[in-house]
Amino acid sequence: MHEEKVGSKIVKGILIGLSILFLVVMLLFPLFIIITESLKNGWNTYIKAVTDKYTVSALWLTLKATVIAVALNTIFGIFAAWTITKFHFKGKKILTTLIDIPVTVSPIIAGLIFLLTFGRQSFLYPYLQAANIKIVFAVPGIILATIFVTFPFISRELIPVLEAQGTEEEEAAALMGAGGITIFRKITFPHIKWAFIYGIVLCTARAMGEFGAVSVLSGHLRGVTNTLPLHVEILFNEFQYVPAFAVSSILVMLALIILVIRSVVEHISGKEE
Amino acid sequence: MKRSKRSVIPGFGISMGVTLTMLSIVVLIPLISLVVFTLQMDLKDVIEVITRERVLASFKVSFQTALIASLINAVMGLILSWVLVRYSFPGKKIMDGMIELPFAMPTAVAGIALTSLTADQGWIGSFFARYGIKIAYTKIGITVALVFVGLPFVVRSVQPVLEKLDPSYEEAAGVLGANPVMIFWKVIFPELVPALFTGFGLAFGRCLGEYGSVVFIAGNKPYETEIVPLIIMSELQEFDYSSATAIALIMLLVSFFILFLVNMIQARNTKILKGGR
Repeated sequence: MHEEKVGSKIVKGILIGLSILFLVVMLLFPLFIIITESLKNGWNTYIKAVTDKYTVSALWLTLKATVIAVALNTIFGIFAAWTITKFHFKGKKILTTLIDIPVTVSPIIAGLIFLLTFGRQSFLYPYLQAANIKIVFAVPGIILATIFVTFPFISRELIPVLEAQGTEEEEAAALMGAGGITIFRKITFPHIKWAFIYGIVLCTARAMGEFGAVSVLSGHLRGVTNTLPLHVEILFNEFQYVPAFAVSSILVMLALIILVIRSVVEHISGKEE
Repeated sequence: MKRSKRSVIPGFGISMGVTLTMLSIVVLIPLISLVVFTLQMDLKDVIEVITRERVLASFKVSFQTALIASLINAVMGLILSWVLVRYSFPGKKIMDGMIELPFAMPTAVAGIALTSLTADQGWIGSFFARYGIKIAYTKIGITVALVFVGLPFVVRSVQPVLEKLDPSYEEAAGVLGANPVMIFWKVIFPELVPALFTGFGLAFGRCLGEYGSVVFIAGNKPYETEIVPLIIMSELQEFDYSSATAIALIMLLVSFFILFLVNMIQARNTKILKGGR
């Protein structure tokens, strides 16, 4: 670039300083406070809070909902991205808009929608009851809510990459007689590998941290329908601050692991290009 | 959209089938049941619910705080993406990775962390308390939480555009005698405006619907620090589903409108991104 003048050096200094100050106050302070607060009464209290019976069961439910949501959204993401980018059909715009709806809806409203769909006043309710299926205020509701809020995460990452790649390679392979699965495995997947992993990472982060939608659909039964974020809320509202922060620290560690994986993925994929 | 030739690529039937089936179960059926439930409601009741003073007050709080927070994010997001793209300094990689923290950190965790930071005894709260400024349990607190939540949106939409910007225009402007300030406002900034709006719109939409990080810091005083999602939540806890739905409908309309605007701007933005390559 051009020769740097004194003026632009000062601007550079100010802007970098401002950015660092902003990020330290807004992002690092919250991280530090979680660590210091959770360890305020020493390691023993911390270990006790983290290994508490209700914490462990909340952790299991969170992991369960996350794994199911990520698995189903992965299947959906691959099929949806393949449909949208490799074929021409009418109504593609409507389809992409519908897929994007879950991220624009407030989590509370997402919860409300599922309450209306499967709750007592729903037209489905008599059938669900006859089949003895409980969704609202039970584990299936939590899982459904988690799937909903993370629904487009993977397809959204895949679609731009596949669109940029075009369809020539697949067409050539198809003309040479390759089947759909072979084409996907040998030609399409190598292109979307990193976007795919990135999507899974994002989806996992959001799924394990979802609060609003899950809060609406959970009956807040300790040890039964409590996820980790909901458990944090209960502890905090009961003024059990140290345990609340200790449980939060588990989620923070998971979040940091996710961020590290994300950066590594970005680094490797950048090198490969 | 053109009605085109049949593709030679196999698998249209099955992939469309899987896509539509899953979309129906997860998104369409729930949305339809919302519509069905809405149609059963009386318009008069809906108007009565949304014009309740407490509900109107919550709309005001939500829009005000979301707007201010998104404006702060627009300014800081622009600065952050500028710093990340145009400057090199030690620790830049870490800074870039940190931007995503609000996406990765569960909102409830962010909520309790920010609350204890900004409460009167907290690290930040005690500093401002000396000047008589309360942060936690006021609208300022809500705004702080929303700034946290909306932080990545503007950066992640402006950054790629700034990276792809063709430097030859700036160089030409420089050769023609424009000073750096003029180059920024006349040459660079107009190119960033669509991305800036997209990021602002996404952040604003997210802030309006945000619940987890706000409930703890807001204090939830009726008429003062009660946000719309919280009102919906409390109606739900009283099993008043019709009131909750009435309020939710307004929010849905607003967020669809924002989505529509963002998509329009983004369509233009994509053209710029592709053209700049």
